[in-house]
Amino acid sequence: MAKHQTPLLDQLETGPWPSFVSDIKQEAAHRAANPDGVDYQIPVDCPSDLLGVLELSFKDKETHWKHGGIVGVFGYGGGVIGRYCDQPEMFPGVAHFHTVRLAQPSGKYYTADYLRGIMDIWDLRGSGLTNMHGSTGDIVLLGTTTPQLEEIFFDVTHKMNTDLGGSGGNLRTPADCLGQSRCEFACYDTQDLCHTLTNDYQDELHRPAFPYKFKFKFDGCPNGCVASIARSDFSVIGTWKSDIRIDQDRVKAYVAGEFKPGGGSHAGRDWGKFDIVKEVVDRCPTGCMSYDGAKLSIDNANCTRCMHCINTMPAAVKIGEETGASILLGAKAPILDGAQMSSLLVPFVVVEKPYDEIKEVIENIWDWWMEEGKNRERVGETMKRLSFQKLLEVTNIKAMPQHVKEPRSNPYIFFKEEEVPGGFEHDEAAYRQRHMR
Amino acid sequence: MPSEKEQVLEFLTGKTGKSKFYFSDFCKIFPDKKQREVKKVLTELVNEGKLEFWSSGSTTMYGMTGAGKQKAEED
Repeated sequence: MAKHQTPLLDQLETGPWPSFVSDIKQEAAHRAANPDGVDYQIPVDCPSDLLGVLELSFKDKETHWKHGGIVGVFGYGGGVIGRYCDQPEMFPGVAHFHTVRLAQPSGKYYTADYLRGIMDIWDLRGSGLTNMHGSTGDIVLLGTTTPQLEEIFFDVTHKMNTDLGGSGGNLRTPADCLGQSRCEFACYDTQDLCHTLTNDYQDELHRPAFPYKFKFKFDGCPNGCVASIARSDFSVIGTWKSDIRIDQDRVKAYVAGEFKPGGGSHAGRDWGKFDIVKEVVDRCPTGCMSYDGAKLSIDNANCTRCMHCINTMPAAVKIGEETGASILLGAKAPILDGAQMSSLLVPFVVVEKPYDEIKEVIENIWDWWMEEGKNRERVGETMKRLSFQKLLEVTNIKAMPQHVKEPRSNPYIFFKEEEVPGGFEHDEAAYRQRHMR
Repeated sequence: MPSEKEQVLEFLTGKTGKSKFYFSDFCKIFPDKKQREVKKVLTELVNEGKLEFWSSGSTTMYGMTGAGKQKAEED
């Protein structure tokens, strides 16, 4: 028998998709039965009370959570987010319901043992409910009480070799795609870069001194499996400099139907014979491809790395051999004023250990943003407010054509007088002798 | 001349009417210092237990340990 009647939540379970309500009910029943004899350190009926307070919020059309607080682990300014229920007498199981963020492994590679280890800690000391994963990419443990925080921190660091993630005005838990561990498109080792920078910037991750959140994400190629261009302040996206490699015999094999286009994706329906002109050449956003019936040609200078031809014919068309990454800055996805994508800052950088070139860009940006950024201002907003040109100055990067989206319609990169031979002064009288008014 | 830590504590116990402060508020106490140096002073005070973090989840602030109404949440 459920602790609280939840008719509104029950309705959510009737939809076609798996329901979080069913999941929470399952955990509530599991905790009540306690088949493993766990010595629960927080109220057993925590998931039941979570359903109760959510039902009440649906009924009242108001939240019953208070958020924010001083809770955390000693010395860390992030990783724990305080949550309190404003109806603690009605729902004592969720009077405290703090969130704990844990840094996920690079590329989100887990072993079953690791996941069981995390869940053993979390079943004992928390609600047993998780969010795998949060939007930033970390493991999110939902709901525990203040006295359990240090215990959880000790256990995850000592037993699982796992650290808390980021929250607040911190560097947030960096995230990456699988990269070269699994993917032939990856232009650099995303996991090594992600892991190295996570370790190198521990102070920024745990002790907040930024105006607001700051996110790193690492995509191995422009397919953007972690969507760094949309979801991180500092987006590193793999790219290449040299020409796309084409194996003409294999192109013919695709045309002849010997290879399945797209690696056999969308195979649930008969789309007819593969048409290389319609499905690849005509889909090129810059029109830089042609196929004469025997040979596929690419005008590489006009390629924008959309990845469509490579994705469709991976056996025949491969990324160029000289690989590296582009760095873009300033994406954010705020609720009120709409999303902003990152802007290209470094068109090409070689990604090699110890990554000093990338770290220099990062640290110059931080120094500038910490000084100039307003409270609760993302670096993308600072960039818009103080100009892209200012950003180029502080990062010691020269303006180049790739920085300009549309020449003349938004000429936000201006020359300074000292950059122009002869300065801005000119002889008006001499000019007028040559040019009548 | 009071030490940097004393200056921070003096600022916090002064009549500001607030119990929690942004990092940038502390930078104003030391206009000639780099942000990272100010951060070191605050980190030391946190490690000594004199200051504590307050976090909403999205923003983080600093305050004197035990100051403000947040402490009551835990009692």
